[in-house]
Amino acid sequence: MDVERASRSDGFFLMKSLDFQQDFFQLFELPPRFAIDSAALDQRYRDLQSQVHPDKFSHLSESEQRLSMQWSTRINEGYQTLRSPLVRGRYLLSLQGVDTQEETNTSMPLDFLMQQMEWREALQAALEAKNMDALDVLSDNNRKETKLLQQQLGVQLDDAHDTVAAAGSVRKLRFLEKLAEEISSAYDELDS
Amino acid sequence: MALLQISEPGLSAAPHQHRLAVGIDLGTTNSLVATVRNGISVVLNDEDGVALLPSVVRYQTDGAVQVGIAAQVVQSEDPQNTIVSVKRFMGRGLKDVGEVIDLPYRFVDPASTGSGQALGMVQLRTVAGVKSPVEISAEILKVLRDRAERSLGGDLVGAVITVPAYFDDAQRQATKDAAKLAGLNVLRLLNEPTAAAIAYGLDNASEGVYAVYDLGGGTFDISILRLSKGVFEVLATNGDSALGGDDFDQRIYCWVLEKAQLSQLGAHDTRLLLTHARAAKEQLTEHAQTQITALLSNGELVDVTLTRDAFYDMTQNLLTRTLQPTRRALRDAKLNVDEVKGVVMVGGSTRMPQVQRAVTELFNQTPLTNLDPDKVVALGAAIQANVLAGNRSADDWLLLDVIPLSLGIETMGGLTEKIIPRNTTIPSARAQEFTTYKDGQTAMSIHVVQGERELVVDCRSLAKFELRGIPAMVAGSARIRVTYQVDADGLLSVSAREMTSGVESVVTIKPSYGLSEGDITRMLQDGNQHARDDMQARALREQQTEAGQLLEAVENALQQDGAALLDDASQAHIRSSMDALRDVLNGNDHLAIKRAVEALNQATVIFAQARMDRSVSHALKGHNMSELEN
Repeated sequence: MDVERASRSDGFFLMKSLDFQQDFFQLFELPPRFAIDSAALDQRYRDLQSQVHPDKFSHLSESEQRLSMQWSTRINEGYQTLRSPLVRGRYLLSLQGVDTQEETNTSMPLDFLMQQMEWREALQAALEAKNMDALDVLSDNNRKETKLLQQQLGVQLDDAHDTVAAAGSVRKLRFLEKLAEEISSAYDELDS
Repeated sequence: MALLQISEPGLSAAPHQHRLAVGIDLGTTNSLVATVRNGISVVLNDEDGVALLPSVVRYQTDGAVQVGIAAQVVQSEDPQNTIVSVKRFMGRGLKDVGEVIDLPYRFVDPASTGSGQALGMVQLRTVAGVKSPVEISAEILKVLRDRAERSLGGDLVGAVITVPAYFDDAQRQATKDAAKLAGLNVLRLLNEPTAAAIAYGLDNASEGVYAVYDLGGGTFDISILRLSKGVFEVLATNGDSALGGDDFDQRIYCWVLEKAQLSQLGAHDTRLLLTHARAAKEQLTEHAQTQITALLSNGELVDVTLTRDAFYDMTQNLLTRTLQPTRRALRDAKLNVDEVKGVVMVGGSTRMPQVQRAVTELFNQTPLTNLDPDKVVALGAAIQANVLAGNRSADDWLLLDVIPLSLGIETMGGLTEKIIPRNTTIPSARAQEFTTYKDGQTAMSIHVVQGERELVVDCRSLAKFELRGIPAMVAGSARIRVTYQVDADGLLSVSAREMTSGVESVVTIKPSYGLSEGDITRMLQDGNQHARDDMQARALREQQTEAGQLLEAVENALQQDGAALLDDASQAHIRSSMDALRDVLNGNDHLAIKRAVEALNQATVIFAQARMDRSVSHALKGHNMSELEN
């Protein structure tokens, strides 16, 4: 494993200079696939953090503390990337040089868009009626749909190796994630 | 006859020295200090055997400062110079301090002082001059530091200071500044509920998901943690950094005003009634009703009866304000209440029966109260301090905490773009690219904010800085990469870089409500000559201690790994830097020591990296062998 040397004069920020050689799958010693052994991921995460976390270095030299923070940050980032199916899918595609174009590519299948619009209207209606039960139903539907899309994404990435279709699934999942965030804020709003 | 001792090869001949470290709970109402002694975390008492130090500071005309009980007993006589619950003002502007009309202080609008000190943070005028909440808190910390050093018989290597989990960056920075001002080396800022979880978890060897409900004097936190095999992982945290027992006192106070038909009261009477209100609240924990009797300065007698039911009614919405964040934290952790194995109660305010009842109802279980809710935070902080100071610990555990509030940046139209979302595990870094809005734009203003709201005006402004020297380009073609780094204390640094030209601007965020290094130095020097001599002696001692620790750390590292990881020239280079440091170590020039420490730190950068690499590959190897064989 090779860490790029931090600048000696002002080696303060990892983010400007660090170019870790390994990708996150290598870092966590997992095969670069969408299907993931989450128990192994959790275990590796804890083992790594147990070695590099800043709490293990607070009585050592400044350079060691700085490096520890950089590594610990990197490992947190990797864990968060691999743990979330959406982010993991996006990351796998980026490793293959595929940009998911979530901000720019807005061409979505019509039926998907229709369903999204319906759900958003239902969300508005639930908010206006202060109807928590309706939110529960919506949240449940969104979760099921997300699960289904994640399974599709797994097949597209691991079996069919169809990156175009996979990028489309990632874009859809991003829609669902945004909806989940809005449902969550709606709960907060009804709860205040 | 004593036998000569011969140490094992490769080990330092010096016996392992226990490093004195403490955990400090800097509370709104009371503060405590604890340490690990013979493997057990204990709270340190004052000379009278009292553990709780009331967080009350009184400034007197002769410049003397009273802290604790002595200040507390005169708070009604000298309300304007006796500061109670200063924690509520930490990192806060005047507009943030709610209900100031009901507090007997002379607030100073920081914008009008023009002194440049602690710009933005509310200040208080006392007979000893204008004081910032940071200075006032430092007085409390100094008393605890002295107590610890006397009781432990030596200088402290450092301290873990606890903060409410829901404290934002400005409040955390203010706390760290106060500790520095009190001459403490801050090993870590630790979230209060997490500290409580350490004390509980290690005590009970618990596994599973736990909720920590922490209602203190002025702050409320809820944290959801997963405890498993020595890992404390915070899943979500929420709270209200301006809600606590004080607000329950305020409700009683307002009720008394109404009941006794009192209008505008002076500072003395306000403090008197607030003190009675608190006593009444405490009475109602044991009794169904209580009498509030007070003689006002104009001779008027207040005499009213408060029943428990009336008290419950008037504080119902305060309770609701704790339950909403609790449900939010559960939602953020993606958990249902029935998945929570235990609920830990922390903070003196959880003694109120209505609080216990509300928590029991929400979680469908009786909360745990077997550790003293006033002491559990300090006990947990001490355990963490002991480990951070480098003392060996039987249980090796890992603590993974989160940031409580999203960190964002202002974009066009006064909107907030989140860069690091709340409940992200720290340390954490995120980068995002932005671009210019106008043709030929050569500078960009970067406004760092914290909070969950869409509009910048509804979030807390942490800092503003400018990236200059962007090459003139067509609008939208510059690529400015802004990177946020949050360290293990939960404190933020920000850097910005124009990617095509490499122009860079790096800022360690000192929040608008914080103090600059210069401010702290000035405050440190503000005291009289005696204090100044003290300061220099302390600075020297601290430098010497730090230098000693560094030498020991490097020596150990060299003995372990020097030959394996470094060539002869590199080892010699480090050795010569160590010698240079040893040469100045026992002199009186703390700046020379500081320079030599920095030089040694520089000399060991590569060595440290090599050790870290090995540490990481070692962690990986443990799991690798079986997979390689396939």
